[in-house]
Amino acid sequence: MSPSSETPTYRFAGTEDVAARLAAAGYLTDEAIATVVLLAERLGKPLLVEGPAGVGKTELAKALASALEWRLIRLQCYEGVDETKALYEWNYKKQLLRIQAGGGSGWDELSEDIFSEGFLLERPVLEAIRSEDPVVLLIDEIDKLDFEAEALLLEVLADWQVTIPEMGTITARQIPMVVLTSNNERELSEALKRRCLYLHIDYPTIEREKEIVLARVPELPEKLADQIVGLVQSIRSLELKKSPSISETLDWARTLLHLGMTAVDPATVNSTLPVLLKFQSDIEKAEAHLSSGRASS
Amino acid sequence: MLPRLLDFTHALRAAGIPVAVSEGMDALAALDHVDLTDRAAVRESMAATMIKTDSQRPAFDTLFDLYWGTGRGPEALVESDERDLGVPVDADAFAAELGAALGSGEGAMRELARRAVALFGRVEGSPSGVWYSNYEVMRALDLNRVVAQAIADADDDDPLDAVAARDRVRRDADAFRAAVLSEIRRRMAEYRGPEAVASYAVAPPLENLDFLSATADLAELRRAVRPLARKLAARIAMKRRRSTRGQLDMRRTVRHSLSSGGVPLETVMRHRSPHRPDLFVLCDVSSSVARFARFSLMLTHALKSQFSKVRSFAFVDKIDEVTRFFEHEDFEVAVNRMNAEADVVWIDGHSDYGSSLEQFLEVYGSEVTPKTTVLILGDARNNYRARKAWVLKELGHRARHVYWLNPEPRRDWDTGDSAASEYEAVVDEMVEVRNLRHLQRFIEEVL
Repeated sequence: MSPSSETPTYRFAGTEDVAARLAAAGYLTDEAIATVVLLAERLGKPLLVEGPAGVGKTELAKALASALEWRLIRLQCYEGVDETKALYEWNYKKQLLRIQAGGGSGWDELSEDIFSEGFLLERPVLEAIRSEDPVVLLIDEIDKLDFEAEALLLEVLADWQVTIPEMGTITARQIPMVVLTSNNERELSEALKRRCLYLHIDYPTIEREKEIVLARVPELPEKLADQIVGLVQSIRSLELKKSPSISETLDWARTLLHLGMTAVDPATVNSTLPVLLKFQSDIEKAEAHLSSGRASS
Repeated sequence: MLPRLLDFTHALRAAGIPVAVSEGMDALAALDHVDLTDRAAVRESMAATMIKTDSQRPAFDTLFDLYWGTGRGPEALVESDERDLGVPVDADAFAAELGAALGSGEGAMRELARRAVALFGRVEGSPSGVWYSNYEVMRALDLNRVVAQAIADADDDDPLDAVAARDRVRRDADAFRAAVLSEIRRRMAEYRGPEAVASYAVAPPLENLDFLSATADLAELRRAVRPLARKLAARIAMKRRRSTRGQLDMRRTVRHSLSSGGVPLETVMRHRSPHRPDLFVLCDVSSSVARFARFSLMLTHALKSQFSKVRSFAFVDKIDEVTRFFEHEDFEVAVNRMNAEADVVWIDGHSDYGSSLEQFLEVYGSEVTPKTTVLILGDARNNYRARKAWVLKELGHRARHVYWLNPEPRRDWDTGDSAASEYEAVVDEMVEVRNLRHLQRFIEEVL
């Protein structure tokens, strides 16, 4: 399938290499993440990352950029993003100034002039495609996009090109590594999903979460890390409005560290639970669950 | 490899996972780049290319184990068992080992499950040949006793550590149970072939489960309903925001034009302040639609936590407002209180849509305004009583929209005592919502 004349250059040697380099960039992977990242790079396909909020979806794209030493271009999606915010826009004001400045030129000459590069405002997607250097394009929270705007991205993700009616088609100078993240607020279109590799990042296992906590908060004593992670995992098994994410585990670990704790006790836990949980009802549930240990002993 | 991959693709499709042809080709291309002896890497690469929603993952994993097991037949299986297991242990010794290992993580559980099935799960001499049985494994090990003992042992001086250790034991016990089932399936596939096992092993994905017949895991269903309720709430609010393109704001347009030399290139519109829509949900809670009612109430409860202006009503042959019960965070508590206190039965506890709706119009009708969306959940089976469709028509005039979600398949509408099409004619839309997928479609396409 690949042309024999040119041997493709791979950025990663294998899954271990992916894991090691992302770890060096401060992101601890598991088998699934490392494999899918490797495939995204090898197959040149966009990577669609889903999962609950705060498990490190955006973080993955950032770590990837820093591991590859590529520039990160980010498109933050929200309801109402359209092509003028995602792809490109004409600089009306500059065009107007050019017309008013006149300079005695005829209309044909003028119109050719004002629809040229100099009057084009690049937005993230076009910027990523036209970049000379390889880049990582992060399209964050794509589920917030309207249906129509999502369709706009299809041309880019399938053929790596953007069509500007006044100028023609701009083809990618290099294929950027694209990471799309979604909190699954809305079902994405089949067409978009088909073009992507799919990666679901869930809350980490107890072992991986401990590694993450120790890597991010290195001053933390290991015993305390054990306790913190054990409790967070217990809390996650409850049915909550919002389960604590990894970033909240990290916040909690830092809080306890600042309080100078070497081991957690029930009073401290109850007073610091709001770091971990953001709804009063969740906090009450967690308190009830965590104090159930006392009754039995 | 290719024929196996095609079989696997077909099995996925049969299990309700739509794998496109291009996705199958991607899976094949991906295999070039992973170490084929690394099972986990192969599994992840196929998952990344062939499935596109997390809810499809359990079915995928089950089928993957069946189709990409060793596939070398029963003799090889027996041989490898003899090699790996060494000296046979008796059940008590194994149970003790398991008890000690509970809490040490999923990997250890999978390994133990593999051995447990090989040691205790094999049933020979039945007319249909060799068989592996979950029942035999659990009987030999008495897992519940082992878990109870491990929980007692996990007790710690530190109350917090005790809670964490206990939860860890429980998680591992669940992992062990699941691993035993999956190991049994894998072994059965060696004897009977993957197709035979796949036909009964894969539960349909949650979003395809029928509300009326299936008994879904309630906690799981509740988790799945919550994001849908959020979407529904967002949808009702969003439509409104989009349709409020106001008039031209002259002052700001002129001011804006100064930056382009006095030419008004961009017009600025005045936004009408968005007013919040409200939602009335009417649920049929009669026993004939008990399972669907459970789902309706879950949806109502989830909506209440997303959307402050939701009012909920329950009816059988009488209607009562139940909003106050759903303010309680815990769904079970809310439902129990509602069952105990709400006044929804008038005569005999058989659904009467006509008089329930009429009462609704009488008591709450004045509060239905052009900002209101009314959502009715029920099967429209009226027990041959007066249908009073004019009530709904009147509601339709007052409300912004009236939608009806019907849990029956469309072909059953109007059979027997169903008044579906008579009601359908007077509401904005009556849709068939038999499972979560239908609900999703309703939210995305109708709303």
